[in-house]
Amino acid sequence: MIFVIDLLAATLRNATPLVYGTVGETYAERSGVLNLGIEGTMYAGAFAGFATAWATGSLLLGLLAAIVVGLAAGAVMALMTVTFGANQHVSGIGLTIGLIGLSEFANRLIFAGGELQRIEPMPILNPFGGLGEISAVFDQYALTWIAFLLIVPAAWWLLQRSSFGLEIRAVGENPEAADAAGVNVARTRYLALMIGGALMAIGGAFFTLALLGSFTLDIIAGRGWVCVALVIFGRWRIGRGVIGALLFSLVFSLQFRLRILPGFGELPFELLLALPYLVVIGALALSGRNVAYPGAYLKPYRRT
Amino acid sequence: MRVSPWSTPLLIVYAILITFAITAGPILIAGANPIEAYGAFVVVPLTSQFTLLEILVSATPIMLTGAAVAVAFRAGYWNIGAEGQLLLGAIAAAGIGTLVGGLHPVIALPIMIVGGALGGAAWALAPALLRIRFGIDEVVTTLLLNPVALLLVNGLLHGPWRDPVTGFPESPRIAASAEFPTLIDRSRLHLGILLALIVVTVAWYVLARTAAGLRLRAAGLSPHGARFAGINVSRTLLGAALVSGAIAGIAGVSEVAGIQNRLTAGLSPGYGYTGIVVATLGTLTMPGVAIAAIFLGDLTVGASSAARSLGIPSQLGAVVQGVLLLTTVALLALRRNRARRPADGSAGSVTGDVAAEGTAG
Amino acid sequence: MIDSAPALELRGITKRFGDLVANDGIDFDVRRGEVHALLGENGAGKTTVMRIAYGLTQADAGEVRVEGQPRIIRSPRDAISAGIGMVTQHFALVGPMSVAENLALGRSRGLRLDLAAARRRAASASDRFGIRIDPSLRVANLSVGQQQRVEIVKALSRDCRVLILDEPTAVLVPDEVNALFATLRSLVADGLSIVFISHKLAEVRAISDRVSVLRRGKLVGTAAGSTDERELARMMVGRPTFGVERVADGAAPSAKPILRIRGLHVAGANDLPAISDVSADVCAGEILGVAGVSGNGQTELVEVLSGMRRPTSGSAAVSGTELAGADPGQVMRAGVGRIPEDRHASLIGDLSVAYNLVLERLDDFGNGGRIDERRIRAHAVELIRRFDIRAGPDDPVATLSGGNIQKVLLARVLSRDPRVIVVSQPTRGLDVGATEYVRSQLLERRADGAAILLVSEDLDELIALSDRLIVLYEGRIVGEMAVADADPEQLGMLMAGRGRAA
Repeated sequence: MIFVIDLLAATLRNATPLVYGTVGETYAERSGVLNLGIEGTMYAGAFAGFATAWATGSLLLGLLAAIVVGLAAGAVMALMTVTFGANQHVSGIGLTIGLIGLSEFANRLIFAGGELQRIEPMPILNPFGGLGEISAVFDQYALTWIAFLLIVPAAWWLLQRSSFGLEIRAVGENPEAADAAGVNVARTRYLALMIGGALMAIGGAFFTLALLGSFTLDIIAGRGWVCVALVIFGRWRIGRGVIGALLFSLVFSLQFRLRILPGFGELPFELLLALPYLVVIGALALSGRNVAYPGAYLKPYRRT
Repeated sequence: MRVSPWSTPLLIVYAILITFAITAGPILIAGANPIEAYGAFVVVPLTSQFTLLEILVSATPIMLTGAAVAVAFRAGYWNIGAEGQLLLGAIAAAGIGTLVGGLHPVIALPIMIVGGALGGAAWALAPALLRIRFGIDEVVTTLLLNPVALLLVNGLLHGPWRDPVTGFPESPRIAASAEFPTLIDRSRLHLGILLALIVVTVAWYVLARTAAGLRLRAAGLSPHGARFAGINVSRTLLGAALVSGAIAGIAGVSEVAGIQNRLTAGLSPGYGYTGIVVATLGTLTMPGVAIAAIFLGDLTVGASSAARSLGIPSQLGAVVQGVLLLTTVALLALRRNRARRPADGSAGSVTGDVAAEGTAG
Repeated sequence: MIDSAPALELRGITKRFGDLVANDGIDFDVRRGEVHALLGENGAGKTTVMRIAYGLTQADAGEVRVEGQPRIIRSPRDAISAGIGMVTQHFALVGPMSVAENLALGRSRGLRLDLAAARRRAASASDRFGIRIDPSLRVANLSVGQQQRVEIVKALSRDCRVLILDEPTAVLVPDEVNALFATLRSLVADGLSIVFISHKLAEVRAISDRVSVLRRGKLVGTAAGSTDERELARMMVGRPTFGVERVADGAAPSAKPILRIRGLHVAGANDLPAISDVSADVCAGEILGVAGVSGNGQTELVEVLSGMRRPTSGSAAVSGTELAGADPGQVMRAGVGRIPEDRHASLIGDLSVAYNLVLERLDDFGNGGRIDERRIRAHAVELIRRFDIRAGPDDPVATLSGGNIQKVLLARVLSRDPRVIVVSQPTRGLDVGATEYVRSQLLERRADGAAILLVSEDLDELIALSDRLIVLYEGRIVGEMAVADADPEQLGMLMAGRGRAA
């Protein structure tokens, strides 16, 4: 029982950055832009959040710094792919390389050679504290509560039920039609990419501001790529993407707990760590066959 | 409509200048003079024999990963997994390298190189099959296999291959006969650079002069048009993916046999991703890849010397790479936009942007 | 005097695309309550000038006035606020969304998405103009005619006073055309102004109050809608008669079928069959014309015969070699030459003319994998001369004009002396010279004994070139006749799904 409660709590916790990242990537892709800058955006969010919180002593300012970095990263991606019409794959990889480099560069400048710096991570909140044993499932960080109770429903509503969401979906599906209907295609894509970038950066900041309280190199470790996969797995729907994030996180959290079981202890833990990535690829192989991509996916829009 | 043959080299020079202008910001923040810094990055490494040779050492792995990426991109196959494929080549080389002690290098080295190439190709196989059979985006699968490959390396180093004597996470040293010979005394320059140049030359010949190369380019520029002309696009993609993986695998062999002599956790500081920078900067042509790799090798050597002499963190090298990649694709796209061609299928692809000029290599 | 100002007025509109002058100082106006047709051949510049009025293309020079006031129109948003609406040839609809969502798109203030208002607008269009459309349906599931109605309702719901329709009848069957014209009449009766772009004389005369004719980017003149058909034709093509004259070669086709199609079925979208039970023979020295409104299975038929699509059942054989399920290479080896409707996508635009000319048969131009650049070039020079292609061997195909691209495709196919030629819309979008050239080449091949299957939406072309005709409707053959027995009216009925010929 404790094992299950602990597992569920860990699943929610570990899913949090993926939820932010997946929702953010969904916004980018629904507007027609594959944002492979996600890995670097999460990384930069993690670093900017940490460095700011460390310098100011304020987690809130740290979070704000991450959001600003995410907005900027989304704007650069939009400049590349919307304004210049540059190749989306290469632009995203370039953004990731540049942002990781910039974060490590700044890390080196600010924390040169010293010992690992720490901040006091955000506290765990549990509004259901009185429910006994099972309430431990809800021992979660504020950013986790915000992700599941605020961001996911709000992002869903904005995308599926608001006129702005209609415009995002339209420019991602058929920008010519959206343009002819008077929608500003470039502006819509900029906004979608910037909102998405902010969410990705918050997902990255979750590691430093909540989970770890410190910044280490390779802190994102491919989770941005996982989010890109989860978006496809979720067929560009917020809800399905979140389910995918929870499944990944369940496998991830499970493998951690498997290590203490007899028989698994002899396996190098890195092999178990690889398991969630392989599960995502397997899930894609099963569910991602010939899925319908957004109509204008990867296509820059220019009037002729 | 013809574009001057100097258009592309000039465009790359502009990209480099714009990149330097943008990265002046971080350099100023680091408290250094940008002009002085670029001198240290670009010029200083060219001034001594030792650093000149070090440039070639640095250029070796990224020339190979650059060629790997360029072959795939030319076919329209988005292999972003050169990093993982390189690591698999390294694993294969480190394994085979310990087993070929009794063999003459003339036999041992080819076995190891082929083994590494097969390792890289094997790592590229699953994403390629998923793409061809089920239409699953190779970008995501090749990307996801990169952390998996790294975990595999770490798992081996912390498990079966841990150094039994020191307990360090390093595999046993490979046999002397499996080590790449150095080409010049008292330098680290090894056989790998020749291997890289051979690979680039062969790839150039195949792409530019053979029917298979023309089919590959046609498939990359217009899959529908290629299929219509009777080209088996799936088989072409599979071939390009496997060759790409194999070349990346050879990069891993080269690092193991030429530099580390064993498998280590820090074997690749992202050579696979740098390969994307090299390929793009080289506008997906093989001569371009060779030149771009040497240029980035120059920057890498310069960055580490500038870290010592000017106190600029060497991580600036990655910033420059990222910005360079962005400025290059942006300028390529802007050039294509200006040509005012009606939007066709290849709009926005690097392949199309490059080939807008009719480049043949 | 307010009413005397035209609802929309264009003055001196000029637009260049590279060397091509698409519009050369065009003046055009449409009055309140009038249908003003813009007539011209493909490529005359009709669509371009109206895209400029709607802000989809920017003019190099000229002025747009709305109700007498000069307006700067940089985007459709500007045009919409000026009261201009346009139904483009490719509908500007988002397929996976509902009709209501499409109506709501781009009209929001703030975040609120008011689908109820969109439904009300659809209902009011239905009440006022009899345009019936269910706002809850997904656009992708609607027929082309229904989608066009959505487009018109969309423009009306933006309170447009000028409605531009670009070739609105091209995708409609005669019945739907009549319904459209009824709608247009009720719109002009309500005081709207309509610009009707077309190249079909009869329709233009049926609906228009005035006609302006464009030729090669220039305004030839403006005439009353009742102007004689011959006179309009003369203005349009610059000579009194037009159409195609069949070369009187006298040679009758042999009775030997080369291409035999038997019981062909092809699956289409939404689980509906694209082709059902199609059987036909094409004999040596014969052109079999395939008539039908686009979207009735022609594309799929050509794709099967080109090796680009696998039929669900049935057979298509060339002298005993099965094409059904074969790949493009096998189809070509069976002696089939293919000239598909999408000529741009069937070549590699970024590769040179010389490479494109050999791409189907690379093995003939190499030894041991290496390609022989000298022979490829010589081959290209020879074909460029023979087929009068206005380009150099090293020019990327994408830089060529439409006519020259079609000649490259023609040269690639015909230089292999195919026994069977499958050709679709061979002259769509080509100028008069290129059109005549392409048609004469096909007739020459027929005279040489090739079996030709010709798909075209241009009835004049079909009647002029074919020996026999079949009519496709919803994927079935609904009529078959010798061309001598064909009359356009009966063909029109068959194409509209009316009745079945013996």
